[in-house]
Amino acid sequence: MHPVVKTVLERLALGLATLFFVSLIIFSAIEMLPGDFGQAILGQAALPETVAAFRAELGLDKPAYIRYFDWALGAIQGDLGTSFSGRNASGADRSAEVVDKIAPRLWNTLFLASMAAIIAVPLSLILGILTALYRNSFFDRSVNTATLTTISFPEFFVAYILILFFASLNQIFPSLANVDADTAFGERIYRTALPAFTLTLVIVAHMMRMTRAAIINLLASPYIQMAKLSGASQTEIIIKHALPNAWAPIATVIAFNLAYLVVGVVVVEVVFVYPGVGQLMVDAVRTRDIPVVQGCALIFAVTYILLNLLADIIGIVTNPRLLHPK
Amino acid sequence: MKDKFIKDQQDKLSLGAIDRRQFMTSAIAAGIAIPTALSLASDAIAATPKKGGKFRMGLGHGSTTDTLDSGTSENHFTLVNGYTFGNHLTEINNEGKLVGELAETLESDDGKTWVFNLRKGVEFHNGKTMTSEDVLASYAHHMGEKSTSAAKGSLSPVKSIKADGKYKVIMELDSPDTDFPYIVSDYHISIRPAGDMTSGIGTGGYIVQSFEPGVKSVLKRNPNYWKEGAAHFDEVELLSIVDPNARQTALMSGEIDAMDRVDLKTINLMKRNPNINIMQATGTAHYTFPMRLNVDPFGDYDLRMALKWAVDRQELVDKILLGYGAVGNDIPIGTANYFHNSDLPQREFDADKAAFHYKKSGHSGKVQLSAADAAFAGAVDAAQLMANSAKKAGIDIEVIREPNDGYWSNVWNNDAKGWCACYWGGRPAETMMFSAAYVAESNWNDTMWKTTDSAVKFNKLVKDARKELDESKKRDILYECQRLIYDDGGLLCPLFNSYVSANSKKIAHGQIAANWDSDGAKCVERWWFA
Repeated sequence: MHPVVKTVLERLALGLATLFFVSLIIFSAIEMLPGDFGQAILGQAALPETVAAFRAELGLDKPAYIRYFDWALGAIQGDLGTSFSGRNASGADRSAEVVDKIAPRLWNTLFLASMAAIIAVPLSLILGILTALYRNSFFDRSVNTATLTTISFPEFFVAYILILFFASLNQIFPSLANVDADTAFGERIYRTALPAFTLTLVIVAHMMRMTRAAIINLLASPYIQMAKLSGASQTEIIIKHALPNAWAPIATVIAFNLAYLVVGVVVVEVVFVYPGVGQLMVDAVRTRDIPVVQGCALIFAVTYILLNLLADIIGIVTNPRLLHPK
Repeated sequence: MKDKFIKDQQDKLSLGAIDRRQFMTSAIAAGIAIPTALSLASDAIAATPKKGGKFRMGLGHGSTTDTLDSGTSENHFTLVNGYTFGNHLTEINNEGKLVGELAETLESDDGKTWVFNLRKGVEFHNGKTMTSEDVLASYAHHMGEKSTSAAKGSLSPVKSIKADGKYKVIMELDSPDTDFPYIVSDYHISIRPAGDMTSGIGTGGYIVQSFEPGVKSVLKRNPNYWKEGAAHFDEVELLSIVDPNARQTALMSGEIDAMDRVDLKTINLMKRNPNINIMQATGTAHYTFPMRLNVDPFGDYDLRMALKWAVDRQELVDKILLGYGAVGNDIPIGTANYFHNSDLPQREFDADKAAFHYKKSGHSGKVQLSAADAAFAGAVDAAQLMANSAKKAGIDIEVIREPNDGYWSNVWNNDAKGWCACYWGGRPAETMMFSAAYVAESNWNDTMWKTTDSAVKFNKLVKDARKELDESKKRDILYECQRLIYDDGGLLCPLFNSYVSANSKKIAHGQIAANWDSDGAKCVERWWFA
């Protein structure tokens, strides 16, 4: 077997094992959450027997390990269970499938994340390479200062500044990104412009500086000096010789930031009133809607694992040493 | 020139930017005779509504767990949404008066048996005609052991409910309550077609097109709406915008036409915007500092009196509410209530009286006051201000800052703490407010004012008031109830907070109701585009 294929398969297996452990952690962490859905939803009217009836109806009276296997087996088949909210003890069950609850919001989150990624990733790669090329120049310093400034501010602050300049003082973009399933594609892009810019400003610094550092680091190695002595131009050295060896660290950072775009943007969602999956999870935690919390947490975990796996694989397949083993 | 000025003032009056009195003052100053000025004022208020337009409103509530089942309605978003597509047997109109809604008239001889004569020819959004069958089914949804409706408690006095023909419903209570018609106006008890309590089909002025919990509700005008002079917009979009900054920006940039809950900290900046009107309505909501009579030293009448005189109420209104509210008079009944006792002299800060009562109580040492911002925004600051003013009267109040988590279970209404900060939304009827927190059998009796002579008398009077059908007799009884709380009760109520909202100048409306925020939560069917 080719060593690359072998390494990739190894990583895949490791990813699956990680997912198993993460699912265990999610389940037990939620077990440890104080409070109870019955009490949260019934409030003042929570009599002990009503709460007990509620728990029995929701299957919360079964032992934890049985509930874990029920949930995990369902999740493997794409069934994340039924949301607790919308149920009541009067017999009417209007609760939605967790998958149906999460799906439209996950699509919104992924849309925003892709918007931000499409702007941020090429931008930071180009800026990273350019700053490495012209390092210590005025250009390098100003790009570094600017990106460091935007990453240093909390994202809600960046968001408010953008709103002030682009929605309030000059009404170029809308300040509300309240899209729904019927919003047309063009309108959707227009509405999500400001949140996407906010996220871009927040993540560019990390990726750009990693690209710059990785390339500069390589420029000091002997094989680059060799290339230099053989008369290659600066651009050629960076693109052709340095970059292929720099992909692994860059891909890792990009993966990390993309995962952040999916799982960590609840603040931006709130500021721009964007119906993403973060707000859903926060609401679900507040009302102890366990299946939804577990579903969201699992999806977040899968996102992290998949993106890191992808970064690993990119690191492996672009690494000349692994590609051409002795 | 003068005409333009008067026209301007009329516009301001109709939008609520100035009140009737300010209008009169400016009109008289401009040389208009009083009767003319009065009729000009009425003209402005009675401005004829126009139909049409798409109304977009941003609300500071809303959660992904919201539903269209009125029984689970718990926040202002579901409240406004519910009143927009649904009707109730009765409603509180914009003047604070109780009127029939789906019940055209209601009658009772003894306050115990209530007959609701239903309006004929009212259609649900699905085309079905509303009859007594639907009313019975709707009420069954909120009653009975298994119901999880939040209105279950308020309907527990209903012993039986039956139909008499298609357009008459008779409800029997287990004891007389002449304020029962107020209870049926509760936003939880919406009338829905039998067999479908949850999908959002009502008889209201707007039909739900789509509802995304925690995001938005889209509605369209009901062409067959039975109510005249209501539901003027063609389309409505209610948006849940929890972040106050996002809400205010959306209004400033014209993405929404109205919003609730203006952030008082930035209200002066908003006022500078020429396209926005700020509105405030002082309703029944109030901030309190209940003293528990069963915990030392609050059982002592003079100590309670000393503390009541030791609070600078106007300072609290100015600093905690930034002027958006009114001083309280140690009664849980506000000026928005019909039987508010206005004969009681307004209690003000009086160091001499406070010191006199304090000395008489014989108390020495610190008086502990627990507060957390969970009680209301600014509760800890309010407690500090109270400690400060009490110092001038020689009373030493020690403010204990409690954690927000668990405040309502560990601090409020708990014998471990004798005195704490609290918040009440108020009730439209006086007896409802008394039943909620001041009668002896209430679980929420946070002052434990139960056994003093005045309290015993109070409990008897509340029962009498519930039975009384004669308005002037009822007024006397309720005035006396308020006097008893004012004098002897454990309630220190220094503040009535206002609902502060903002809307675009394009919006026009009549008098604003004060029973809930957003024009009694009925702004959608009451407002129009000028």
